[in-house]
Amino acid sequence: MSMSSETIVLPPSVSTRSAASRLGDLPMIPIIILAVIAFMAIFADVLAPHNPEVGALTARFKPPFWQTGGTMDHILGTDQLGRDVLSRLIFGARVSMVVGFTAVIFAGVVGTVLGILAGYLGGWADQVIMRITDAWLALPALTFAIFLAAIVGPSMWNIVIILGLVYWTRYARVVRGEVLSLKEREFVRLAIVAGCSKATIMRRHILPNVVNSAIVLATLMLGVVIVTEASLSFLGVGVPPPKPAWGLMLSDGKQGLMVGYWWLTVLPGCCIMLMVLSANLLGDWLRVKLDPQLRQL
Amino acid sequence: MAATPNRPLLEIDNLSTHYVSAQGTRVVRAVDDVSLRISAGETLGIVGESGSGKSTLALSILRVLPPAAQIVSGQMWFENEDLVRKTDTEMRHVRGKRIAMILQDPMASLNPLFTIGNQVGEPIRVHEGTRRAAAWRRACDLLKAVRIPSPETRVTQFPHEMSGGMRQRIVGAIGIACEPRLLIADEPTTSLDLTIQAQYLSLLRDLQREHGLALIFITHNLGIVAKMCDQLVVMYAGRVVESGPVSRIFNAPAHPYTKALLNSIPRMTDNRNRLTAIEGQPPDLSSLPRGCSFAARCPAAFDRCHKETPPEFNLEGGRTARCWLASVAMQSGAA
Repeated sequence: MSMSSETIVLPPSVSTRSAASRLGDLPMIPIIILAVIAFMAIFADVLAPHNPEVGALTARFKPPFWQTGGTMDHILGTDQLGRDVLSRLIFGARVSMVVGFTAVIFAGVVGTVLGILAGYLGGWADQVIMRITDAWLALPALTFAIFLAAIVGPSMWNIVIILGLVYWTRYARVVRGEVLSLKEREFVRLAIVAGCSKATIMRRHILPNVVNSAIVLATLMLGVVIVTEASLSFLGVGVPPPKPAWGLMLSDGKQGLMVGYWWLTVLPGCCIMLMVLSANLLGDWLRVKLDPQLRQL
Repeated sequence: MAATPNRPLLEIDNLSTHYVSAQGTRVVRAVDDVSLRISAGETLGIVGESGSGKSTLALSILRVLPPAAQIVSGQMWFENEDLVRKTDTEMRHVRGKRIAMILQDPMASLNPLFTIGNQVGEPIRVHEGTRRAAAWRRACDLLKAVRIPSPETRVTQFPHEMSGGMRQRIVGAIGIACEPRLLIADEPTTSLDLTIQAQYLSLLRDLQREHGLALIFITHNLGIVAKMCDQLVVMYAGRVVESGPVSRIFNAPAHPYTKALLNSIPRMTDNRNRLTAIEGQPPDLSSLPRGCSFAARCPAAFDRCHKETPPEFNLEGGRTARCWLASVAMQSGAA
């Protein structure tokens, strides 16, 4: 083979992380969707054309405007009590967003902390935390949530705490497993022989390495949490009606599905799907961004 | 105990570390009645085959043993303090600051999520409470000390952006970050190819000279011992079978095991067709045979070897050997 005189052009150094390369591949679609939902949630009072909690019984089950019988007054139709679906969706964003994200974060923080403690400390700490987790997981999530809601009474913030208390176990399980393999890694042993305390090792070496798994799990849990919140609302122990929530709208509308009132379920369903999907995509992007090895590929 | 000026930096007396099974029925004597000493600026090589207790000995010195293992007896005097009696908190201030260690697989010793500067600076921040920015500057100097080109860029990079030899030197930099008095290197070159190995060894030697630190070098490579070490400790089945100055042991090994080890090194001038290997397997450390633990594989074993465990005999020239033959030689030499 002959030597070519071509100079090899190296790609620009990846370690000089300019602002452009850092922001260049932001996942625009999920960000826009989440921004729209957040915007709706914040400015619901201004955006909603009607009062979401009051309807006219004379105008029940109006279809969206493009179907026969629909009017521009109720663009996305009305529900079984004649309430404007668009307004309810806009106000529902508030509940779903607050409940969904805070419950997932609350559960994530509790579960991750307990999972790290159980996995890293081992011994009796591990036994105690994991037996509690096992017992917790053995309880049916929804029944357990109903039980808790019946004790503390339904309100939006109570629901957040209840959902957090019900779902932390999943994080604890996943995180503990990850920690068990991490703590045998050579860099953790190096930290030990370098004189780091257990607390320092957990904070500086273990936590950053499990955050990725926790984030992925959180994006998956978001959907579960929103649907559970809906089930609780449906059973009368969730966010109390007539406050609109997407999950509640979904369960309220499901009887109408058989007789053709599709907009009562499909529209809130789409909203939930878009939010969960966006959170998933964003979580996935974040996971890649948090890993220095994947970041530069 | 009174401090004497020429007391060795680290003095280990009759140290035993055993692994005990969960039921307490099986006891593995990984380190059994080991004594050794090392002075400042000296290099001590510890050789032995896999499972002879070399690494357990190193972990015992830093008291970072796995939960199943424990130090059952003995003393470890380091700068006139007994390491065995220290509390965990006190030990933490020794680790990384006064005694540092380089692990068996330096390639995996770096946390993939943090920059090099962050990790090299970590011991400094932990032990000296230095602020992040100052620790970062120190990290830069340390990278320079381990001959990493353009340290200013390297500190901002992540472990996966480095080659194996570079990562290894970085682990070395972490080791000397707090200017320890003693550095324990546990087979630091096994994962490297020969040229990088040679570079790394000469780097370690230079660092040792510049900082006046004592080095304990754990290896199974006698070639490295010949090149690096002043003193040698040969371990077999958890015990020290022979110790003394490297040149003397290489010239005239006193213990048949050392002899066999030296014979199994391939040599350029060799006209043997096959390498000599040591027949048999090392004994099970949880049920050691009566007598000398090497007796079953020893070509020179006689009756007494199978019945009585030889004690550590002190020979001339600061040497010791755990062999009945050594005692015979000593007596015949004296006579």
